[in-house]
Amino acid sequence: MSTVELMLWGVLPYVVLVLFVGGALWRYRYDQFGWTTRSSQLQESRLLRIGSPLFHFGLLVVIVGHAVGLVVPREWTRAAGVSDAAYHAVALGLGAVAGLCTLAGVALLVWRRRTTGPVFSATTANDKVMYLVLVLAIVAGLATTLVSTAAEFTGAHEPDYRTTVSVWWRSIWVLSPDVPAMAASGAAFKVHALVGMALFALFPFTRLVHAFSAPWFYLFRPYVVYRSRDGRTGPAVRATRRGWS
Amino acid sequence: MAIGRVMAQVAMVMNLDKCIGCHTCSVTCKQAWTNRSGVEYAWFNNVETRPGQGYPRRYEDQERWKGGWVRTRSGRLKLRAGGRLKKLATLFANPVMPSVHDYYEPWTYDYGHLITAPLGDDIPVARPRSLLTGEPMQVSWSANWDDDLAGGPELASQDPVVQRVGDKVRFEFEQTFMFYLPRICEHCLNPSCVASCPSGAMYKRVEDGIVLVDQDKCRGWRMCVTGCPYKKVYFNHKTGKAEKCTLCYPRIEVGMPTICSETCVGRLRYLGVVLYDVERVGPAAAVEDEKDLYGSQLGVFLDPDDPEVQEAARRDGIPEAWLESARRSPVYALIARHRIALPLHPEYRTLPMVWYIPPLSPVVDAVGAAGHDGEDVHNLFGAIDALRIPVEYLAELFTAGDPGPVEHSLRTLAAVRSYMRRINLGQERDESIAREAGTTGARVEELYRLLALAKYDDRYVIPTAYGVDDADRGVIEEIGCSLDFESGPGMGGMGPAHGRAPAPPFGEASGRPDPASVETFHALRTRQSSDAPADRADLKGRVNLLNWDGNGRPEGLFPPRGEER
Ligand code: HEM
Ligand code: SF4
Ligand code: SF4
Repeated sequence: MSTVELMLWGVLPYVVLVLFVGGALWRYRYDQFGWTTRSSQLQESRLLRIGSPLFHFGLLVVIVGHAVGLVVPREWTRAAGVSDAAYHAVALGLGAVAGLCTLAGVALLVWRRRTTGPVFSATTANDKVMYLVLVLAIVAGLATTLVSTAAEFTGAHEPDYRTTVSVWWRSIWVLSPDVPAMAASGAAFKVHALVGMALFALFPFTRLVHAFSAPWFYLFRPYVVYRSRDGRTGPAVRATRRGWS
Repeated sequence: MAIGRVMAQVAMVMNLDKCIGCHTCSVTCKQAWTNRSGVEYAWFNNVETRPGQGYPRRYEDQERWKGGWVRTRSGRLKLRAGGRLKKLATLFANPVMPSVHDYYEPWTYDYGHLITAPLGDDIPVARPRSLLTGEPMQVSWSANWDDDLAGGPELASQDPVVQRVGDKVRFEFEQTFMFYLPRICEHCLNPSCVASCPSGAMYKRVEDGIVLVDQDKCRGWRMCVTGCPYKKVYFNHKTGKAEKCTLCYPRIEVGMPTICSETCVGRLRYLGVVLYDVERVGPAAAVEDEKDLYGSQLGVFLDPDDPEVQEAARRDGIPEAWLESARRSPVYALIARHRIALPLHPEYRTLPMVWYIPPLSPVVDAVGAAGHDGEDVHNLFGAIDALRIPVEYLAELFTAGDPGPVEHSLRTLAAVRSYMRRINLGQERDESIAREAGTTGARVEELYRLLALAKYDDRYVIPTAYGVDDADRGVIEEIGCSLDFESGPGMGGMGPAHGRAPAPPFGEASGRPDPASVETFHALRTRQSSDAPADRADLKGRVNLLNWDGNGRPEGLFPPRGEER
């Protein structure tokens, strides 16, 4: 275990974690006014209506995929009777499709941003850095899928991420980072993990914070909101139905 | 009927006959609220010529824009653009968001060119430049592009209201009629903008019914823009937050009228308190027949002279001053006692609270043009019956197509005209004129005082906010000097969002928002000292006199003195 490995996989994750959580809390307190999607749909709608859902829905699947891949140990799926081959076929197939949607979506969004005059004028330096890291993370992620798929077909000797990356990831949360596990993974995975950490470190300081505010609460609140002048939320003055009814 | 929970609303009535289409209201409103970048295209108050397309273009076409509520077959109300699940599913890209071009692309002029152009035979011109991109542009539409062009076949045939009245409307020159329709947010009793906001950042104030956007809670999901059928929520493309008419609440709270009312040249706006029963709002908005919505909304309002209403209002914590104000409210009088003010597009089912007295002038003009006496009640009544097109058009605007209430309103206005003419000519009062319009002489004279004399104190009857002392009436709360906030100009800084101090970390629109007064201060200052939309460095320090308000001596107004050079 070299010093570099220790720094990258043993120390850096915690630095990122502090930045991610601390940064988000700090910004939430300091910058409510800047906490928005900064939607550009007023300026351009046609491309956004294709690109944004493609990107976001693709990303949601990717996020779920990451959660399953990182959280569930290989032993559990085996115990549940899912063969490794079947697991990989599904994971790689779904991952590739979702990843490609995400990439196509983000490509369209970036192209739109660059070529639509009003949207380009409304793009800050902060946005540009965020897009760079975001696109790199997606591309590196797809590269890992590609490498793993190739390994499936050629039988090449690629370390399975479920015995390397995932083990390391879970070890972070119990405060004893398994540095050798991560060090044993493939180059593509290492790059993806590094860029991913960069994205998480940046996250709270960009427009991406809008993801924290996903308004699921809309389903449960009365339609018309009343508030009193001195800031107290008014009593629910009108009987209302819940959202699913 | 039992009285449910009583709430108060500060509401407005506009008397359309008096609007001269001068746009003073729009300009003063803009100066006060939207002279910032990000909302250049937004007019919280706009004045449209009718027939015409309005602003944003064809906003009344709800088949397309999906604003407001619809009644489901089971009798419930549903947002026309879709319920909660659909809203969340389409959050990533709003399927029916108007683009800035449906309003118009805001622009400025390249004034700098006038002084920098090289010597030549041609007179230099200031060409338009887009305020969105800074590029030269062709101006092709604006907030009142069809001003005064009502009846022009190309434009008026695109008016959604005209299209509903049907092909009966021929825009032949002799038959045209025209009037102005000033519009602000309706501060609806059943606001679909509020219902559309996924974050819950929009709200209706309990005390005075003003509908506001909490700038700190808005997350830029931009669903409210679609939700409002009047298209009176605007998306600030700079800050990424929704903004809308605030009914000038800092003024209303201290008993002053809104800026648009205060500066209205025609003195046609009325402000006052209306009491209503919140529990009746939902059922009233859900009546089956659209034509009943006018009546059902009247049924939501409570008569402030009724002792039972007063008792219920006290029970629900309405202060005595507000009750008194409600009794004297010109708005309640015009809406409910005289029934001459009507709601704009009740069929959107939002129960709007800015009502309109329909214009008699198209009728009077037609009678006059035919060579008859335009103040004779029978001529006017005859014309109201004969001029189907203006009446039907007005009915499509104000009563979902039911001509009855519009006719009643016009006949009452006609009666006021004829009845008062006799008095002015020294003749006897003729009670029969009032009777023919279904009213009495005393009521006609009351209307005359309210509509024709229209004294300031009769037009605006506004109580101060709960808990604000009446001694503060007319004093807008300033927290010390409004420029003296942390790192503000009064404290030696330039304010966070203005370039000279370090920029805020997450782009221009982040950090604490500047108070509006500070933004205005800087906007004027920057505009005075720059000619180009994109602040050209070579022109720094020059003064653009077009933006100089005549106060002070802006830097660079005069060339530097000898020793400073
Ligand atoms: C469920 C959570 C999320 C919701 C509801 C959401 C919603 C939105 C909305 C409404 C916009 C504005 C689109 C527009 O009108 O211009 C947007 C933009 C964007 N979102 Fe999300 N988002 C979510 C999660 C995420 C996540 C997790 C990421 C990335 C890590 C992300 C990345 C972006 C980016 C890059 C844009 C800018 C698109 C552009 O205008 O170029 N979002 N999102
Ligand atoms: S008119 Fe005003 S209160 Fe009514 S829906 Fe539109 S923005 Fe909301
Ligand atoms: S200021 Fe008054 S008269 Fe002039 S356009 Fe506005 S509402 Fe009409």
